[in-house]
Amino acid sequence: MDITNYVVLACILFAIGATTVLLRRNAIVVFMGVELMLNATNLVFVTFARIHGDLTGQVLAFFVMVVAAAEVVVGLAIIVTIFRTRRSASVDDVNLLHG
Amino acid sequence: MNDVIGYAPWLVGFPLVGAAVLLLGGRALDKWGHWIGVLASSASALLGGWLLFRMIGADPAERVADQRLWTWMSAGGLDVDLGLRLDPLSMTFVMLVTFVGTLIHFYSVEYMAHDPHRRRFFAYLNLFIAAMLVLVLADSYLVLFVGWEGVGLASYLLIGFWDHKRPNAVAAKKAFVMNRVGDMGLIVAMALLFAHTGALDFGTLFDAGDAGAGEGLAEATGAVSTLDQGTATAVGLALLLAACGKSAQFPLQAWLGDAMAGPTPVSALIHAATMVTAGVYLLVRSGPILDAAPTAQLVIVIVGTVTLIFGAIIGCAKDDIKKALAASTMSQIGYMMLAAGLGPVGYAFAIFHLLTHGFFKAGLFLGAGSVMHGMKDEVNMRGFGALRRVMPLTAWSMFFGWLAILGIPPFSGFWSKDKIIEAAFTGEGWQPWVFGGAALIGAGITAFYMTRLMTMTFWGRPRWTEPEYHPHESPALMVWPQVILAVGSIALGGVLAFGDVFTTWLEPSVGHVEHHEPVLSVPVLMGATIAVVVVGALVGYLMYRRDVPAEAPRGSVLTRAARRDLFQDTVNEGLVMKPGQGVTAVLVTADTGVVARGWGVLAVGLAGLGAWLRRAQTGYVRAYAASMAAGVLIIGAVIVLVATLGPTAGA
Repeated sequence: MDITNYVVLACILFAIGATTVLLRRNAIVVFMGVELMLNATNLVFVTFARIHGDLTGQVLAFFVMVVAAAEVVVGLAIIVTIFRTRRSASVDDVNLLHG
Repeated sequence: MNDVIGYAPWLVGFPLVGAAVLLLGGRALDKWGHWIGVLASSASALLGGWLLFRMIGADPAERVADQRLWTWMSAGGLDVDLGLRLDPLSMTFVMLVTFVGTLIHFYSVEYMAHDPHRRRFFAYLNLFIAAMLVLVLADSYLVLFVGWEGVGLASYLLIGFWDHKRPNAVAAKKAFVMNRVGDMGLIVAMALLFAHTGALDFGTLFDAGDAGAGEGLAEATGAVSTLDQGTATAVGLALLLAACGKSAQFPLQAWLGDAMAGPTPVSALIHAATMVTAGVYLLVRSGPILDAAPTAQLVIVIVGTVTLIFGAIIGCAKDDIKKALAASTMSQIGYMMLAAGLGPVGYAFAIFHLLTHGFFKAGLFLGAGSVMHGMKDEVNMRGFGALRRVMPLTAWSMFFGWLAILGIPPFSGFWSKDKIIEAAFTGEGWQPWVFGGAALIGAGITAFYMTRLMTMTFWGRPRWTEPEYHPHESPALMVWPQVILAVGSIALGGVLAFGDVFTTWLEPSVGHVEHHEPVLSVPVLMGATIAVVVVGALVGYLMYRRDVPAEAPRGSVLTRAARRDLFQDTVNEGLVMKPGQGVTAVLVTADTGVVARGWGVLAVGLAGLGAWLRRAQTGYVRAYAASMAAGVLIIGAVIVLVATLGPTAGA
């Protein structure tokens, strides 16, 4: 079981997630990119926990999941609210805070 | 005196309380408040009279008493006690200020009867009396300075009493500002004294340590005897500057004429009888310092001489009765300064003349006020004439004041002014001839302009018409103070000169001096003085007895110059005001051009930078995410680089 495979897979997942966040306009899809990045890091946590025989990494992965679940609730609520007012889910339409 | 000095603070207390009550009492006191002022001043005068009799009753050696009231401030080596000094010199002033002051209070009740702000006027008068008493009763320079500033304030408030008229307000400001110049002198003198002796109270400075009071200042071995010549001269000149400001002496004399803008009782009390003589008081009080500084004394004598001629010349050309009297005041104080500068030989005469002058000049001013009262506040003497028929009591009281200021024996002025002229002729070398001669000529000019004033006002033909003006004698409350002052003008000098009563009386304060023989014999001088005076008076009478044109003729160059106060304002404006305005203009330009504009440019630059940087905030979430990602990447790259290269570089 080569550790490199796991880390590379995690990196690929993270890169896909980051690219999604940076390139896609749809807020839901951006959100999915965020989730993908979180899960990529979870994978790294679990991998290293397994290798070192230390449960701390796995515990942290659980924490990340819990926080992500909470974040999804809040994030989706915001997105739905924005969609209701602006009839659009594009992140580029929400630019009221520009300089 | 030590048993009764406990009452001395009340001298100041009565008028101070009076002023406070009148100022704080408000409109409720408008109807009868002035009687509070009169009462306060009278109480002070009565107490002063009682203290005077106690002092006369005391042994001459015990006539100087100091009372320490409380510690005012204590800072490092400087301990200033608030204290009063009661001695013959201050007692003389107390009597002059409270007695003449009370008479003028009574006079003002009627003079200001129709003024809506009479209560405020009396409050200021009381304030003045209190401040003046602090000035003369102070036992240290610092307490004296409090009174000094207090009378300056009262003077300012009273000159500008009718400040709804712009010239009056300007005159008040002018007096105040010019007095500040003099005050600088007093502050510098105090600083020098403190730096060199560490004390500011008269006891430490002037009195012998253990010999006690009564030795007289001439033999004093106080702290001033340790001053070296240069310091003493500097202190003396600084004190002279202070005296010039307060006493309207050359070159700070320009404010006095304008100060006549105030109500006439004020001109009589403050700008003739008392406050303007404070400079002379200061110099006489500082006698031991001046004795150690012959150069300063010489300068004082020169200033006095210049002013006495200067004022007399101006007095000859003024048609405004009050301004003529103001010029005369300036000139007479010049005599006092001259005497004070002569040293111990002159101190007593300076104070003596100050006292008699206080009476006859106050009387003359009150007379002028009475004339104005009857002539609808007209001050131009060209519109007067023959007023003796309609206001006989005023004319008689001014007549005696006139005889007194001329120095006709046996009236008051003769005894004091003649002594000053005599003293001016004392000494060696060129000085007695120059100063004595100037004093003698001054007496002649004085006779001329005072006779001119009297002739234009009371004698000759009337130049007013009956329906337009209705001159009448003033009410009793105005006439009686004039009469009492006229009695003083007649008798005071003779009574006090008889057997040298006054000079002996002042000895505990100014020291005893052996008589010096003048360069000419006394009878010759006396005769010359009287001759000059009579000639001056005759010329004045003959010139103005007949028709006086309603419009002033063009006159000679000197007349025109004198009408413009010998260009004192022009000189002040050219030398001080214009350059000052120039400096201000330059500073304003520098301020707007360099400072304000510099900061403006900086602010605009920062705003531009901000606007430019603002464009980085696009509002697009993805852009922020990209910058975050880039930042994380850079930080990661740096960490990797450091981790790889660091150990090698460190090794």
